[in-house]
Amino acid sequence: MPLITEITIFVLAAFVGFEVISKVPTTLHTPLMSQTNAIHGIVLLGGLIVVGLSDFWLDNLIGTIAIFFGTINIVGGFMVTDRMLGMFVRKPKKEEPPEGSGDDAGDAGAE
Amino acid sequence: MPPVAALDPQSSFVQVCYIVSFSLFILGIRRGTHPTTAKQGNLIAATGMAIAVATTLALKGIGNWGLIAIGIVAGSVVGAVASRRVQMTAMPQMVALYNGVGGGAVALIAWAEFRHELALGGDIPLDTFVPTLFSMVIGSISFWGSNIAFGKLQGLISGQPMKIPGQQVINAVLLGGIIAACIVLGIDHNSSPSQGLFIAVLIAAAILGNLFVLPIGGADMPVVISLLNAFTGLSAAAAGIELDNVALIVGGTLVGSSGTILTLAMATAMNRSVPNILFAGFGALPAGGVATEERPVTSIGPQDAAIKLAYADSVVIVPGYGMAVAQAQHAVKEMADELTKRGVNVAYAIHPVAGRMPGHMNVLLAEADVSYEKLKEMDEINPEMPHTDVAVVIGANDVTNPAAKDDPNSPIAGMPIIEVDEAQQVIVIKRSLSPGFAGIDNDLFYHPKTSMLFSDAKQAAADIAAEIEDL
Repeated sequence: MPLITEITIFVLAAFVGFEVISKVPTTLHTPLMSQTNAIHGIVLLGGLIVVGLSDFWLDNLIGTIAIFFGTINIVGGFMVTDRMLGMFVRKPKKEEPPEGSGDDAGDAGAE
Repeated sequence: MPPVAALDPQSSFVQVCYIVSFSLFILGIRRGTHPTTAKQGNLIAATGMAIAVATTLALKGIGNWGLIAIGIVAGSVVGAVASRRVQMTAMPQMVALYNGVGGGAVALIAWAEFRHELALGGDIPLDTFVPTLFSMVIGSISFWGSNIAFGKLQGLISGQPMKIPGQQVINAVLLGGIIAACIVLGIDHNSSPSQGLFIAVLIAAAILGNLFVLPIGGADMPVVISLLNAFTGLSAAAAGIELDNVALIVGGTLVGSSGTILTLAMATAMNRSVPNILFAGFGALPAGGVATEERPVTSIGPQDAAIKLAYADSVVIVPGYGMAVAQAQHAVKEMADELTKRGVNVAYAIHPVAGRMPGHMNVLLAEADVSYEKLKEMDEINPEMPHTDVAVVIGANDVTNPAAKDDPNSPIAGMPIIEVDEAQQVIVIKRSLSPGFAGIDNDLFYHPKTSMLFSDAKQAAADIAAEIEDL
């Protein structure tokens, strides 16, 4: 891929990131940070490519540690986010009838 | 091993899979910004990740399945067990640690990639080489910085800022040295010492990562973790450029920009600029002259507190890191339930930076089944403070310090606070009069309408709940 194409993708993705994230209730900052944290675990792909294509022991060792780290980042990140969010979702339904209460809770959180 | 393991990395099919996966990331993050869709958003992003990983595993020429399996299985087990076992209170450390291993992975991949390019012989094109160096340096800083942040929050390292003389100069020299070495490497990386110089850069970046976070006080760690999260994202994007992988570029960049926004939002909430946090060493300021004076405080027991609360019309609970440390959220919720039973109107006031991360208190209280509607943000609750009978401060300190409003010389001057001093009465539950993470004394404790209840937050809340029940 030409470098200039990659830079184009980079710049556009940066703006998408800004736009998508800009309005977040404080309540969701921690889970969202945790979720984006899991997403940068995508570097796992780099580890897979390194190990998958190399046949020298040192590269294999470095790459395997990278795969190990990247997988912790992804699996731990998404699971811990799920755990945090599980606590949020359950709540409103308990206190009020399920219908509509979820939206109320959302608005309250977004204020 | 997989039957279709022969996809050309440049084929449209592979590219489409990557496009689908990063679209799912964007959708997932978008859903993640609303409480009702956040859980679903997380699953969507995880699905995108699964697609990206599966696609990569099916690329042509991928081998070494044994090693890949070892890395993935071991990583999954560690990640899954850690995320199940971690206490909700330790969540910020956990995020710091996951961020650290992500940064470590980036740095290692850059190292392997550099060795790979060298082995290929010939000149490494600069458009591969520059991102490789960038991702290696930033990834390494992020790895070590996150580990220090973890250590500080976990209490393995003192939360106090650690300053050595000439710190800024050393950091500047290190950074300058790293950049100079990178330029040297860029000009001539084919000669034999380049491998050694590369490793020297890796080590220098590691030291810089340590020195960069050590002097920052524990109170500022959320901002630092968020910043390092953005760093790791950017380094992952650079790794994507070096590996020609579009999913990595977009995924990493999304995290880079979102992390930047979050960092700025947190810094704004503390009324401080990001450079100020990073370079000023907040708590390193000597405590003001006032702090050393002996001043009288009013101390009460759980029974008095229970009486004050039970006969109030409205009570606002202001939680802070002390509640997290004491794991007091369930006890606090029980206390609030007792009050609600007696017809007292109870709300929780959440300061944007209470605890160690934005939303830290919300997560804890949600765990204890406190409903959303009772959690009020600072701007919402402050106007109601003068009509509040009793404000109960549980383990919060700096975020309630009236010096932020009244004393222009205070280190936290101008920081928005929960204005508990406007309430009719204040009960502060705290283990001692010791200052908070900003390292400054809190005038609130000596205010005539303040009563101090010296106790562990969990114990105090449980005692008060029992006393209210007995009334």
